[in-house]
Amino acid sequence: MVKKGPIFSFFALLIVLGVIIGFAVNPIIHRVNLGLDLKGGFEVLYQVEPLKAGQKIDSDTMSNAVAAINKRINVLGVSEPNISIENGHRIRVQLPGVKDEKRARQLLSTTAKLEFRDYKDRLMMDGSDLKPGKAKVAFDQMNKPMVTLQLKDPKKFASVTKKIASYDPLKRENVLVIWMDYKKGNSYAKESGKTNQKFISDPSVDQELNTSDVEITGSFTAKEATNLKDLLNSGSLPVRMVEKYSTSVGAQFGQDSMKETIYAGALAVAAIMLFMLLFYRLGGLIADLTLVFYSIIVMAVFVGLQAVLTLPGIAAMILGVGMAVDANIITLERIKDELRSGKSIISAFKAGNQRALPTVIDANLTTIIAAAVLFALGTSAVKGFAVMLLISNVVTFVTSVYGARLLLGLLVHSRALNNHPWLFGVKRSDIRGTK
Amino acid sequence: MELNEKMDYKHYNKFYDHFDFMKHRNVFFVISSALIILGILSLFVFKLNLGIDFSSGTRVDVQSTEPISIEKVDQTFRAMNYDPERPVVSGTHKNIATVRINEELNQHQIAAIKSKIKAQFGIEPNVSMVSPQVGRDLAKNGLFALVLASIGIIIYVWIRFEFLQGLTAVLALIHDAFFIVTVFSLFHLEVDILIIPAVLTIVGYSINDTIVTFDRVRENIKLSRKRLSTIEEFGAIVNLSIRETLTRSLNTVLTVLIPVVLLLIFGSESIRNFTLALFVGLLCGVYSSICIACPLWAVMKVRYLDRRKKKRTVQTQA
Repeated sequence: MVKKGPIFSFFALLIVLGVIIGFAVNPIIHRVNLGLDLKGGFEVLYQVEPLKAGQKIDSDTMSNAVAAINKRINVLGVSEPNISIENGHRIRVQLPGVKDEKRARQLLSTTAKLEFRDYKDRLMMDGSDLKPGKAKVAFDQMNKPMVTLQLKDPKKFASVTKKIASYDPLKRENVLVIWMDYKKGNSYAKESGKTNQKFISDPSVDQELNTSDVEITGSFTAKEATNLKDLLNSGSLPVRMVEKYSTSVGAQFGQDSMKETIYAGALAVAAIMLFMLLFYRLGGLIADLTLVFYSIIVMAVFVGLQAVLTLPGIAAMILGVGMAVDANIITLERIKDELRSGKSIISAFKAGNQRALPTVIDANLTTIIAAAVLFALGTSAVKGFAVMLLISNVVTFVTSVYGARLLLGLLVHSRALNNHPWLFGVKRSDIRGTK
Repeated sequence: MELNEKMDYKHYNKFYDHFDFMKHRNVFFVISSALIILGILSLFVFKLNLGIDFSSGTRVDVQSTEPISIEKVDQTFRAMNYDPERPVVSGTHKNIATVRINEELNQHQIAAIKSKIKAQFGIEPNVSMVSPQVGRDLAKNGLFALVLASIGIIIYVWIRFEFLQGLTAVLALIHDAFFIVTVFSLFHLEVDILIIPAVLTIVGYSINDTIVTFDRVRENIKLSRKRLSTIEEFGAIVNLSIRETLTRSLNTVLTVLIPVVLLLIFGSESIRNFTLALFVGLLCGVYSSICIACPLWAVMKVRYLDRRKKKRTVQTQA
């Protein structure tokens, strides 16, 4: 007698899961964070070096540097930046989807140490005398862009300007030279004659100025003024950063890679499903259904962990499909073995599942070990691959082992499959005792 | 089913029903040894074509909307005073050219190249730069990962099975990993950072097949209900276990080969060598699990038992 209850539960379960998936797919897909190899963008590994001799690079300096970089990235408005410290003295910055790469890279690596020096390059004031975050872009009467600053202590500015005003105006010695990233060997005397000067500007000072407002005018464009303002507001870097590794991907390149890889993946999934269906019949159909759930759950977990999808990550997911099916294959082969040995469908299903489980666990755990090592040691693209591999392996347990067992179990227990071993791809002539 | 029944029972109607894996073990051992020697020779003669990830320099991927001409790419770089290696053209429409410059370019040079290439070819190129120190670190890190993963797997298989099985499983997977390296060396394929995840995936994957077979060996030994000692006895168990799990092994490798082959044909150019490494590794992995790991284990096990027996006799005599 065929029992209707389990069959009803089977279809009810399918419909419920189908509806949940139908509603979940779109929100999940739209929340996937794409890595820079899919979206375009760049990644730089900086070596952090001391600014002055004797400066120590310890964890404090590093976190200060990261904080400064963070502020600068905020200025750029990148949605998913990733900054991490590596090996104690390296900083990796990933900016997916950044539009103006040139500007971003300049903004990131400039030390942005603002200094006020006199005509003999003696240091008068520096960035630490500024009120943080108060730099603004303004325009003078001629509509030329300038940057306005606020000083912490007007008295210090008064004493500095008093001193400068006392120098000889005829030899143009009464200048306050504003430098950005002054290096040893730079000198005002050498630079002032050139057309492309290394300092920002050199206003002359005629009298003591007792004020906290300073304007920097120079021969810069509005864009350069904005850059200067952003740099000053995000504060100077406490260290020097040298690019040791960089990779940048064009947006078009990234999109094309993603399209091609997803296309290949879709074909692969279709081919695997067809294969399973042909080889394992009903068992294959169930495996295919669980594969759909597998794909959705993997994506959902991935989004939930806020992991970043990279090209190798997509590859891992596609590979994961093959591996998820492996769990089904191990189980279904076992069930076939049991059927061939002459067992009834119900007991073959039970014994097959029982015997296959330890094998599936062993097989998956070894892959998990390899993936975990990759996750711990890998960087960026490799890490994206490892995360996906880990997730797919864990999700496989849920869908291909328990999900498939539940769905197939309902059908088996309805007794509708009794005496139909062909539904599992077993020929009657192969069954022991029926030769 | 009892073991004896299973041994007599040949109803699978598969082409491998009568294939004696143990009898041909020496053939497999010779083939694999020859491949390993070939690999070592190749590493000395051809070396590895290390990408910039593991050495240093700058790599530019130029993409165009139409088929790309090597000469044009070459000239564009020479016009900027660079000395590129001969560009390699790839892509289904021959519209991608990869150029390698043996200098570490700074951010200004990279910005200049990007805008120049975009003006000439219409699409923003990919540019990567690696300094020697970082390249060395990446290579070191990769090897370290491989060793660590192998140790983890040995320990796991040791706990779940026995030490000798763990050892042969790892020997088989080192064999697979090395075969990937051999192929890359022989055909002068570029080795980039993605070789590490590829090799480690194969490591995790090839071990699957091995474990599934060992699992069956363990089960069949239990079924035999006697103390096995000779190579013939172990051989019979190994043969049976391989045959019983072979459909599964072949089907699984097929379901993973399907996506790999499709990725190889239709997937992105950037992961071509990655998928190629997977392809080679998968094929080698299924071969080594079946033809190397199990027979090798049987041989080692019998030797170990013999030695222990001799030791015991010596002890009792004394």
